[in-house]
Amino acid sequence: MDDPFVVAGQTLASRLIIGTGGAASLDVVDRILTASHASLCTVAMRRVDTGTTGSIFDVIDRHGVRVLPNTAGCRTAAEAVTTAQIAREALETDWIKLEVIADERTLLPDPVELLEAAARLVALGFQVFPYTNDDPVLARRLQQTGCVAVMPLGAPIGTGLGIANRHNIELIVGEAQVPVILDAGIGTASDAALAMELGCDAVLLASAVTRAQDPERMAAAMAAAVHAGRLARLAGRIPRRHHAQASSPTDRMAAL
Amino acid sequence: MIVTINGEDRDVRAGASVDELVAELTSAPRGIAVVVDGTVVPRSEWCSHMLTGRESVEVITAVQGG
Repeated sequence: MDDPFVVAGQTLASRLIIGTGGAASLDVVDRILTASHASLCTVAMRRVDTGTTGSIFDVIDRHGVRVLPNTAGCRTAAEAVTTAQIAREALETDWIKLEVIADERTLLPDPVELLEAAARLVALGFQVFPYTNDDPVLARRLQQTGCVAVMPLGAPIGTGLGIANRHNIELIVGEAQVPVILDAGIGTASDAALAMELGCDAVLLASAVTRAQDPERMAAAMAAAVHAGRLARLAGRIPRRHHAQASSPTDRMAAL
Repeated sequence: MIVTINGEDRDVRAGASVDELVAELTSAPRGIAVVVDGTVVPRSEWCSHMLTGRESVEVITAVQGG
């Protein structure tokens, strides 16, 4: 079935985007990328650690996946803009997952700083993928700013609570002019399937796989779930009903 | 002269370039960005960008995350 996922002018083979954070080792990342068939994965920008051996680049190269650097940990628009510039210089990509969080307890996006950072990064020529609240109005404003996608959270990062407000996600999908990528909150496969059934174009997850008891198997589960959810969305689900509706014929019943 | 590199004061050769400084820290051929006093120094300027001392330098790469 021809169902390409196009974002920022690029066609990606998979609608599952893997966050590499939280994996116990690069070997685990390697196996997750194999099992998930992901074609895009996120990385964070941090100080060079002279004590480490091996590099995330080795794994990324081996799989031929595109890289989406993030601005994780940034609290202000200024920090996020500089971090995006660092990522562009280091990784030679204009793509940036924009995260501007408000506090460590919730890790929720700070909408004021987020919108400001998005505007500045778009002006600097970045392809901006903003991690945003599940707020339809903010999602609209981010699109108007020129972001190439919107990435609403299902629930706060790392909580595994699934999609806390599916109505808001549906509202965002309903008026989106750019791809909607459900980002954060996914706990298990059914959450990812639901995101796709609600009409999201893709799912980005990290902890649900990297911190699962068997990350490799969960990566395969997520790939299947995203695929199933996408098919179900395209197929068109039946409407919900209050009362039962027989599926066997109700006429020509035998007189018993 | 003293330069702060990734939060640590280091004694480096007077007039050292950004390129020399990076080479001392890592042998990674790519995936590195350098920030001097808050401004990203493009790779094309690493050889010509000389340090004068007292700068704060961040040498950044990609790691697992997100």
